Amino acid sequence: MLEIKNLHARIAEDGTEIIRGLNLTVKAGEVAAIMGPNGSGKSTLSYVLAGREDYEVTEGEILYNGESILEMDPAERAASGIFLAFQYPMEIPGVATMEFLKVAMNAQRKARGEEPLTIPEFLKRVKAAAGTLDMDMAMLKRPLNVGFSGGEKKRAEILQMKLLQPKLCVLDETDSGLDIDALKIVADGVNALRSPDRAIVVITHYQRLLEHIVPDTVHVLYKGQVIKSGDKSLAMELEANGYAGIIEEAA
Amino acid sequence: MPAVQETIDQVRKIDVDQYKYGFETEIEMDKAPKGLNEDIIRLISAKKDEPEWMLEWRLGAFRRWMTLEEPKWARVQYPEIDFQDIHYYAAPKSTPGPTSLDEVDPELLRTYEKLGIPLREQEILAGVQKPAASELEEANDNVYKSGRVAVDAVFDSVSVVTTFKKELAQAGVIFCSISEAIREHPELVKKYLGSVVPTTDNYYATLNSAVFTDGSFVFVPKGVRCPMELSTYFRINEKGTGQFERTLIIAEEGSYVSYLEGCTAPQRDENQLHAAVVELIALDDAEIKYSTVQNWYPGDAEGKGGIYNFVTKRGDCRGDRSKISWTQVETGSAITWKYPSCILRGDDSQGEFYSIAVSNGYQQIDSGTKMIHLGKNTTSRVISKGIAAGFSQNTYRGQISAHRKATNARNFTNCDSLLIGDQCGAHTVPYIEAKNSTAQFEHEATTSKISEDQKFYVMQRGIPEEEAIALIVNGFVKDVIQELPMEFAVEAQKLIGISLEGSVG
Ligand SMILES: Nc1ncnc2c1ncn2[C@@H]1O[C@H](COP(=O)(O)OP(=O)(O)O)[C@@H](O)[C@H]1O
Ligand SMILES: [Mg+2]
Repeated sequence: MLEIKNLHARIAEDGTEIIRGLNLTVKAGEVAAIMGPNGSGKSTLSYVLAGREDYEVTEGEILYNGESILEMDPAERAASGIFLAFQYPMEIPGVATMEFLKVAMNAQRKARGEEPLTIPEFLKRVKAAAGTLDMDMAMLKRPLNVGFSGGEKKRAEILQMKLLQPKLCVLDETDSGLDIDALKIVADGVNALRSPDRAIVVITHYQRLLEHIVPDTVHVLYKGQVIKSGDKSLAMELEANGYAGIIEEAA
Repeated sequence: MPAVQETIDQVRKIDVDQYKYGFETEIEMDKAPKGLNEDIIRLISAKKDEPEWMLEWRLGAFRRWMTLEEPKWARVQYPEIDFQDIHYYAAPKSTPGPTSLDEVDPELLRTYEKLGIPLREQEILAGVQKPAASELEEANDNVYKSGRVAVDAVFDSVSVVTTFKKELAQAGVIFCSISEAIREHPELVKKYLGSVVPTTDNYYATLNSAVFTDGSFVFVPKGVRCPMELSTYFRINEKGTGQFERTLIIAEEGSYVSYLEGCTAPQRDENQLHAAVVELIALDDAEIKYSTVQNWYPGDAEGKGGIYNFVTKRGDCRGDRSKISWTQVETGSAITWKYPSCILRGDDSQGEFYSIAVSNGYQQIDSGTKMIHLGKNTTSRVISKGIAAGFSQNTYRGQISAHRKATNARNFTNCDSLLIGDQCGAHTVPYIEAKNSTAQFEHEATTSKISEDQKFYVMQRGIPEEEAIALIVNGFVKDVIQELPMEFAVEAQKLIGISLEGSVG
């Protein structure tokens, strides 16, 4: 589903290279974990995948279902099924969460040539999804992410993911700022989305989340490259011994 | 990156050209020759069957106007206007004055239909115009009131029809064209016309006093809460004409009225002049809510054509505890020069000004308000949201003053500007003057650009760039949209989206 080949990306403004020859393949149905110390380029990778303009791809390819997405803008990528749960979700003042959900869902439907949702159908879906995430409908009247706690923001991200039903889900540090109960709820939400035609990329630097969302593959990112890949035992090894050993090994 | 530049250029081209009200109605017109002199004024007055005192009033204003010079202090630039090159009177031949709906030229009715303006009472009653009140809106705390609106439709120089007159009359409310009011209710017109904006007020108001052709008149008697929204739709259709409308609203003791004004014009290469005067009078405990959705033709992508909108709007809180509230959504016109103001004369009176001013293409907006505190314990509130895109210039100009006797005057002003792109400008020019030491004036102002982070986040959910910007902008102006009558809030939001089309770059 996702194939990244020798990807090089830099900050457009000053030319600093952050992703330096990264290779990664994620198959449909797979849950892949990307781990790595702070500053290794995990968030940058997620932004480049989603098409953020502040980064320039200078070399390499990103293939999604076999086709390059590099020429597509963020909205086109999203409509084609790529979803990013942000590490730091943005506040959108004055736009009720509910309204935002409706606009987003209908924009994607329009891109796919589908009719907009009827209001009752839309509400039914939102109520169902919010219910499973233990979110209050009253909260959805508030402007998106404005004044939300860290945990509420993360839940709101998962809510959007559930409603938009993407094919490639990228979750950037969704566990940070969550207490253990919230973590379980969010993990259940993600697990419910596991399916043979969907790939999920979980970015984290703790093993903790991976106890709840058990990955099929684990990749260690360091200085903009995947320096080691393995199965879930790699995550346990990291938890026990830290990154130092693997980094040395790769050097 | 030439490819990117090319897209930007293309997007810019569609820009303001997408003005959807730019069509023209083919209709036989009765027109005064071009030019301005006493004979033209006599002609206008005669066409309207006016009494002698009205003609004298006009001529007095005209003589005064001859001695005045065009004001130059606003941050707008335009070639000199040739006031002799304008028709000062143009009316559809078939409708010499206000009539019942059956007598109105069907072509005119179609025009208003195209503009989405409800003139057929039975349709309005059947709820055709009512937006779908849905559970979603409920979730957004938008509760729709029943959507009945009485309309006065002004086409070029004349009012063609006023709806719901009978029902309003039963409540004691007079809602008619100003021409009709001059004939039918001269005592009221004599008493109040020019009492807020005197004929000597300013260049454009003085011109208007001399040549105004139509507009709306509202009188709400003591203790009456007007049973429905009132509105006037102004349409400039004829080439080379100016529109000079005059609106007068009087709310007697303890009464309430909410009034909305909307405006459109065909797309033309030439600039057309619109110089209106609006006067509001609120007596003791009365409240007037005046909303404007201004969508005059803004000119094309190169800045050619468009309406020059030079307007004087002023409300007089004449009575104690009276309240006047201005809400405006300004998206149209090539040039806007407009400062809806409140004179807070009565003790404990309140003035409000809520404004959204959107400029794109080569539009120039210089708009704001004056809050003049004269009475004791008077309060005023100003919320202004300016959005500049394209090559436009957007200025907020505000004046808050407290008179010597205005003890405990309070004002709160919040003035936010949002820039889209880097070729446009936003400016804030606040004047504050307190002659009473107990006055408390607060002023907040911010200028920001649409953040790339926000835009990326919204687009990542599948919302295309222009829609993403419209969504963020509509969030930015939410506080003001909430002040609009519900029936028009949705419309205004859409309009803001349309006005910003092609603003990306
Ligand atoms: N837009 C940017 N401007 C400046 N530095 C950046 C930018 N984006 C990323 N970086 C830098 O790139 C490196 C990788 O950042 P990031 O992708 O956020 O790492 P991670 O998510 O793995 O912690 C860090 O050193 C960060 O400071
Ligand atoms: Mg990160």
